[in-house]
Amino acid sequence: MLKYLARRLTATFMVIVLVSISVFMIFSFLPMDPARLTCGKACTPAVVEGNRHRLGLDVPVQVQYVRFVKGIFVGRDFGEGAAKFSCPAPAFGYSFNKHECVTTLIAEAFPVTFSLAIGSFILWLLVGVSLGVLAARRQGKWVDKASTAFVLVGNSLPTFISGILILLLALKFNLINPIEMGRWVSPFKDPIGWASNFILPWMTLALAYAATYTRFTRSNVIETSSEDYIRTARAKGLSEKVILRKHTLRAALAPILTIAGLDFAGLLGGAIITENIFNLPGLGRLSIRAVLIDYDLPVILATTLLAAVFVVTMNLIVDILYAYIDPRVRVA
Amino acid sequence: MSQVDLIEDESATASIVQRTPRQIAWTRFKRNKVGVLSAAVAIFFILGAYLAPLITRVMGLSSTKTYPKTLNDYAMPIGHAGGISLSHPLGVEPGAGRDLLSLLLYGSRISFTVAFIVSVASIGLGMLIGITTGYFRGKLDAIVGRFSDFLLSFPGTFMIIALALPLRERVEALGIARDNGARIIVLIFFFVFFGWPGFARLIRSQAFSMRERDFVMAAQALGASSWRIITRELLPNLWPTAIVFLSISLPGYLAAEAVFSFLGVGVQAPASTFGLVLSDAVTYWRDDPAYLIIPSMYLIIIVLSLNLLGDAIRDALDPKAVAG
Repeated sequence: MLKYLARRLTATFMVIVLVSISVFMIFSFLPMDPARLTCGKACTPAVVEGNRHRLGLDVPVQVQYVRFVKGIFVGRDFGEGAAKFSCPAPAFGYSFNKHECVTTLIAEAFPVTFSLAIGSFILWLLVGVSLGVLAARRQGKWVDKASTAFVLVGNSLPTFISGILILLLALKFNLINPIEMGRWVSPFKDPIGWASNFILPWMTLALAYAATYTRFTRSNVIETSSEDYIRTARAKGLSEKVILRKHTLRAALAPILTIAGLDFAGLLGGAIITENIFNLPGLGRLSIRAVLIDYDLPVILATTLLAAVFVVTMNLIVDILYAYIDPRVRVA
Repeated sequence: MSQVDLIEDESATASIVQRTPRQIAWTRFKRNKVGVLSAAVAIFFILGAYLAPLITRVMGLSSTKTYPKTLNDYAMPIGHAGGISLSHPLGVEPGAGRDLLSLLLYGSRISFTVAFIVSVASIGLGMLIGITTGYFRGKLDAIVGRFSDFLLSFPGTFMIIALALPLRERVEALGIARDNGARIIVLIFFFVFFGWPGFARLIRSQAFSMRERDFVMAAQALGASSWRIITRELLPNLWPTAIVFLSISLPGYLAAEAVFSFLGVGVQAPASTFGLVLSDAVTYWRDDPAYLIIPSMYLIIIVLSLNLLGDAIRDALDPKAVAG
């Protein structure tokens, strides 16, 4: 197991390095000058050159990359003298347009995205898995038919449409206050305010995901139920409840957890559509605003990298969990 | 069944008519009422999209013309449900006052075109790469496998949003296309770029196991070339997978195109797509809810019919698949 762990850890580390290098390269070869983007209408050649130097864009790409990585570990200063900005570690750059360290912006946005992701994750797992199990147990009955209809609707309703419809219905019936919408409430200070802030976005995201999970759980449970060891369990006189809990679900849910891990990681990088519709100041909205409003390159670079790191790391966690559950994986 | 038929059947058992797998699948598909109905609906909407110029001309409408007479002093459609009338069957757009049906017809033409091109291109590319790596294995397989793993760990949506603008400028600078043409090219490029690895993986694993089967070995023993084995032995067996994948990815990309134009990185006005119409409709929802509901329903019906059609095709091609 230790050997497997070491191998996977090295591979993950390599992928993160590769991804970061390629993202960095792609953005530095863009046909636009990031220094010019920092000052907008107030740009004069002197300001552009000054900002280029301050942002450290006047050195070759590989030096920029090394400085970027170093900044993540030890912090970074931009510019010298009176015009110096210091970003403590982990520094992901400095946003000239917002006059903030990118890390500060991310630290503000991440709790929002995390709250959104964790809540909808729990909701869709609960709904999807239980509906899937129910449908599989009562094949052909009304529960099964209702779940099929639910799967169809959930799969055919793009998130941006269901989100808009849910939001507008809530506004219509005065379920939410449009002024309060999108205000970040800490769950530790005001748990009820936090939950009521997020309940609609949770439902929006969970609707789409729960449909997929219902379908997947249903077919997995049906498939596992026809295995020989389930028949054996039944033959030795175990109750249906025990068979379901101890034998069927254990095997049927393992692959579901794999996908769930990756879906969750994908959301952590920012649920762009949902955050946009519900005006939630999370990572997704941070990055799309950075693109659409002023092409704030340091912010875009950092959020993209972060999203990739979440996916790769979650991949590793899922693989390790899987190896723990299924010993065959370790030697493969 | 009549008596005569029965007798004839019995006498005919000796020479049962052979049917190709394709014929069997087709018979099975025809029996699925939901599948046939959704196919009809999907074809109806696809025809509507590609015959948009003809339909609008016959109805005397245009997607670019405004109809100021249909709007009141506040630029809101006159009449019920977004100004639905005989001359404007789906009502008119508030504000500018364009005809909603023409907007949706032309908009769905863009969406369908993007979805078709992306699906076919990523399946073609995935098929080519999947078959080659699965059949030849070795170093090539390892390198391509690593590369697609790497692509799959990329945050695709983020990259598309972040790179759509600069890449569009590049496309325009090269003089390939302008404005929305350039935007569509960029979107198609990214969808294909991030879309092929998933399908290539699927095909690779199938080709991988298929080359061990007896019929491939028999062909090898007869001295068939790799080219012949791939095109004559493997490809025909991989078509069902491609068709099923096509039916899944088509509605997916249709919705994806809408999402990106909704977010502001896809096609932009004055063209009209689902995403643009809907993001515009959000601002009018209180005064003109029909303007939001009609385009939403239009898109949902298309996606739903394509999804149902996909399920029916999958069931027809693979009867063992558990309809989930």
